[in-house]
Amino acid sequence: MLEIKNLHATIDDKAILNGINLTVKPGEIHAIMGPNGSGKSTLSHVLSGRDGYTVTEGSVTYQHEDLLAKAPELRAREGVFLAFQYPVEIPGVSNIYLLKAALNAVRGHRGLPEVDAMDFLTLVKEKVRLLDMDEKFLYRAVNEGFSGGEKKRNEILQMAVLEPKLCILDETDSGLDIDALKIVADGVNSLRSPERSFIMITHYQRLLDYIKPDVVHVLANGQIVKSGGPDLALELEQKGYGWLEQHQEVA
Amino acid sequence: MNAVNLNAQPWNISWLDALRAKALQQFQGSGFPSPRAEDWRYSNVAAIEKKQFQPGSATPVEVDPRQLSAYKIDGAHTVVLVDGLFRPELSDSVSGVAFKPLGKALAADAAAADYLGQAHNQADHGFIHYNTAAFTDGLYLKLSQGQTLDRPIQVLNWVSQEKALVATRNLIIVGADAHASIIETFAGDDVAYLSCHVTEVFAGQGSEVQLTKIQQQSTKSYHFGGLYCRQQANAQLRHDQFAFGAAFARTDIYADLAEAAECVLNGLYVGGDKQVLDTLTRINHRGRNSVSRELYKGVLADKARGAFQGRIVVEQGADGTDSQMNNRNLLLSDNAEADTKPQLEIYADDVKCSHGVTVGQLDDKSLFYLKSRAVDEDSARNMLTFAFANEMIGRIDHSGTHALLLKALLERFPQHKVPVDWL
Repeated sequence: MLEIKNLHATIDDKAILNGINLTVKPGEIHAIMGPNGSGKSTLSHVLSGRDGYTVTEGSVTYQHEDLLAKAPELRAREGVFLAFQYPVEIPGVSNIYLLKAALNAVRGHRGLPEVDAMDFLTLVKEKVRLLDMDEKFLYRAVNEGFSGGEKKRNEILQMAVLEPKLCILDETDSGLDIDALKIVADGVNSLRSPERSFIMITHYQRLLDYIKPDVVHVLANGQIVKSGGPDLALELEQKGYGWLEQHQEVA
Repeated sequence: MNAVNLNAQPWNISWLDALRAKALQQFQGSGFPSPRAEDWRYSNVAAIEKKQFQPGSATPVEVDPRQLSAYKIDGAHTVVLVDGLFRPELSDSVSGVAFKPLGKALAADAAAADYLGQAHNQADHGFIHYNTAAFTDGLYLKLSQGQTLDRPIQVLNWVSQEKALVATRNLIIVGADAHASIIETFAGDDVAYLSCHVTEVFAGQGSEVQLTKIQQQSTKSYHFGGLYCRQQANAQLRHDQFAFGAAFARTDIYADLAEAAECVLNGLYVGGDKQVLDTLTRINHRGRNSVSRELYKGVLADKARGAFQGRIVVEQGADGTDSQMNNRNLLLSDNAEADTKPQLEIYADDVKCSHGVTVGQLDDKSLFYLKSRAVDEDSARNMLTFAFANEMIGRIDHSGTHALLLKALLERFPQHKVPVDWL
């Protein structure tokens, strides 16, 4: 599904990613943990195609194609979805309007006709219920005036409607209380399938209590310094990140 | 400009004929304003002078009512003027409602002499003089104390004659605690003409006056529209302006606020091609604790030019004034231009005044967000531009007016094929 090889990236000539290697197979859930400033969010931005980053070395292959050569909207159409750490407010564009425009863009790319209006409403309302949201949210402007938890739920709603193949969740747990976290985790779990992969970027182990990863990676100074099973997350929770950063310096 | 033959009919109302004779004299001395005058530096009035517009025919011309129907607002009483002449057969019935054509009202109501010209004297220039000298008809609305209209009144100013110079006047007198809602629409055939309009509003103590101006003229035409208001204590005025059409359009808004009066001005101008859309506002805080809010948004493409000049004067003794003025512009091309000039003149203490201006392009973060949701660059830009403008239309509560404005905006953004209730 996704193969990242020796990925180096800079922002304003400052090196942030210093040789990331990561392979994600269909159906897998990978958690990427790490301290602040380790490059977690940069990785998600580079994968989704945000401006401002320069890839200086390495490659990213998604479904056997060069992901980095594609425009952000093309990546999205081919199934890459980024759930933002800070979802953007867009006054004047309703949620339902964006959802339909996005779904039709994805469908058009797959050679499918535009979605029928009734089918679309049925689909969207089903997903809204899944995330325990009020239908009124559909008719409100995208993220405008939403609470932190509502914004994160809205990201997962978009994900549920677009049915991507590779979901990148950037600090989706930050700013959520425990109830909201459970709802978001239920939403993500309901989307798990043998064809769909997840990369969950998180600072805390908490999210992983609710969404069980297959692999946990620790990112420090722009490199993956350790990988392991779900137990690694628990170890990090107990020991913090300090020992790994020291470990890297020795290495 | 003295070449204009006013051809104005005497009204045989002595006070009015005297007023018009004086205004004619002033106009013959001044002509239309020169771009050298500070308040007119963004305007291209010279183009108007070259066109040699002449007063339209004094006899009504035939108009296909179907042409007008696209501009009529559902849920409003519509009064139609064609080339400046009241057309009862095209208008909704006026019986039982408190408004009349201005021409008839002036002849019948001597009290009108106390009002006509007493609000526009806050400003002084050739368009006003011309209007006073030559207006042919308009709306006269007088609400007594506590009176409320059952639905808004729409004045549809339609121009059909090429080269016509059409002058219309609305006079709105709202008694204490009365509520009035008026929509002024300016539209016409796709020909060159000049529409020169003045509205005077007298808002009594504690009254609420809601005005909406929709300018959808042909892009071959020219427009001047002045609104001059006097607000007594606690009177609330709200004005929403939408400028979509005309080669050159200028709107003047003057409001004079007594104690605790409130004035809310919203505006949206959407220009393309070589359109020039110019707005000047002047709010005079005369009484204590008066409040004003202004938000004007411009969307400018091609070689269009938008101008906003907002002047706020806080008079001596008008303590407790609270005033905010904002102008935000979106430039969609390198050749589009937005000029903005905020002016604050404060002669009182204990005053809260703020102003903000932005001129820019679309927000990169928002663009990336939409692209990350599979939306292509052009559609994303289009969506954000539409949203920027739609914010102002979202402020309109009256459903018929909202629907018409949304339709007008969607015509400007033909790529938006979405159910209207989603916007």
